[in-house]
Amino acid sequence: MQTVKIVVAGPFSAGKTEFIQSVSEIDVVATEQRITRPEERIKDKTTVAMDFGRITVDEDLVLYLFGTPGQRRFDFMWEVLSEGMVGFVVLLDSVRPETFREAQDILDTFRSYAPVPYIVAANKQDLPDAWSPEDLRIALRIPKSIRMVPCVARERESVKRTLLELLYLVLDVIEAEP
Amino acid sequence: MALKGNLRDFTIVQLLNLINLARKTGTLSIDRNGEQADLSFQGGKLVYARVDGSDNELVSALRQNGMITEQQARTIRARAGKRSDKELGLLLINAGYVSQEDILKSVQAWVLDNIYPLFAWDEGFFRFDSGAPQVNGVIAVRIDLESVILQGTRRLEEWERLQEELPDLDVSLKFADRPQTSLRDISLNVQEWRVISFINPRNTIQRIAQYNNMSDIQIRKIVYGLLQAGLVEIVRPERKEPERTDVQERIETKKRRPDVKRNVIMRLIDRIREL
Repeated sequence: MQTVKIVVAGPFSAGKTEFIQSVSEIDVVATEQRITRPEERIKDKTTVAMDFGRITVDEDLVLYLFGTPGQRRFDFMWEVLSEGMVGFVVLLDSVRPETFREAQDILDTFRSYAPVPYIVAANKQDLPDAWSPEDLRIALRIPKSIRMVPCVARERESVKRTLLELLYLVLDVIEAEP
Repeated sequence: MALKGNLRDFTIVQLLNLINLARKTGTLSIDRNGEQADLSFQGGKLVYARVDGSDNELVSALRQNGMITEQQARTIRARAGKRSDKELGLLLINAGYVSQEDILKSVQAWVLDNIYPLFAWDEGFFRFDSGAPQVNGVIAVRIDLESVILQGTRRLEEWERLQEELPDLDVSLKFADRPQTSLRDISLNVQEWRVISFINPRNTIQRIAQYNNMSDIQIRKIVYGLLQAGLVEIVRPERKEPERTDVQERIETKKRRPDVKRNVIMRLIDRIREL
C-alpha cells in the first residue's frame, strides 16, 4: 500500500488541529496537553507532538495529514514530521499579527527541510478582524509565485479547497518535469 | 475589514509599506498609552496626519517653515476664529500673506515632521479602516510613502542616537559652569539662539520646544548640538536603553519536485473532491 504525506504547519493556535479534523475520516489522533503558560492561554489545549489524520483513497493508497506542534519549544518534531512529505500547507492566523513573524520563520524552516511544493492558507477568514490574504501576502513578504488561499479550518469545503490547491500545485510541478 | 494589531508585532514601517503596496485608502489610527496619531491615505499616498488631536495647524506649519513671523502667527490665530485650515489658507492667499505653494510646502513639511517621530514608536495599538478619509476642512497633501519610509528609517537611526543622548525632554538645561568660550564668539543659527534664550531651570526642554514650535526631533537635534559643544548641561539627566527595530531578510523561493507519480496525485484529487 502506498501512503502519501502532507504536513500542516503554522504558528500556535493557527488552527492546524481543526484543519485536519475537518477532513480526516478518523478521529484525529491528537497529542494535546493542557496549556500551563499564562501567555499561551488563548485556548485550553495545544498539540505537543503532532496531529494525525487520514483520508483513504482505496486499499492501495492512503493520504496522511500531519499537523505540527505550534509551540516553538516542540520544533524538534518538525524535521521528523517533514520527512517524505509530498507537500505542506502553512496555516496563518489571519487575526493575530503577533504570529506573523513566527509564521515567516516556520515557512522558511519548512522550505529548508524538503524541496516540495507548498501553499500558504490564511485561516480564520470568517472572523471580522481577519487580515485579507492580499494584505497578509504583503505583510509576510510572500512572493506572488507562492499560492495563497483564504481558509476557514473548521469548514470542510474550505479545507478541501486548500488541499486541492496544494495537490494541483504538486501536479503542476510533476508535469513540468521532463 | 479593519487591520488591527500592535506595533510591537507589526511596525510602523511594515504598516506604511503595506498601505503603499496595496494602494490603500483609509485611516490608520495608532494609540500609544493615550498618545494618538491618525494618518489618512488615498490610493497609498499619505494625505493628512493628526497627532495628539491637533489638526494640520496651518498657522503652526507656516510659522515653523518661516513663512510668517511670530507676530503674524499670533495675529492670524487671534482672528481665525473657527475657520478651518482650508478656509484660513484661502484667506491668507487672498490677503497676499503667502502663496498656495508656500502653504502646500509648509503643510507637507509639518505632516512629515509629525510622522517621523512615529517611527520610534515600538508599541501601540493600531487599526486601519478602509474608506474615504475624513479630511473636510483640512489641507490635504499627497506624499509618496516610499520616500517617507526611507527618510523615516534614516531618521530612526538618528532618532535612536538622539534618544540615547536625550532620553527625557522633561528635564531642564543650564549653561555649563565653565564654558570655554563666550556665546558671542560662537556661530549659532536663529533656531539655536531661540533655544538658548529660553534656557533656565524652570523651562523643560519640552517647554522650550513648545515655545518655539519645534518638533521633538528638531529640539533634540539642537540641544544635542549645544550639549556636544559644551555650552549647556542637562539638569538631572536619565538614561534609557535605545529603541531597536528588527529588519528581516526573506529567502528566494523556487519550484520544488515531489517524489510521487502523477496518477497518485490524480487519485488523491478525485478522492478529496468526493469528501
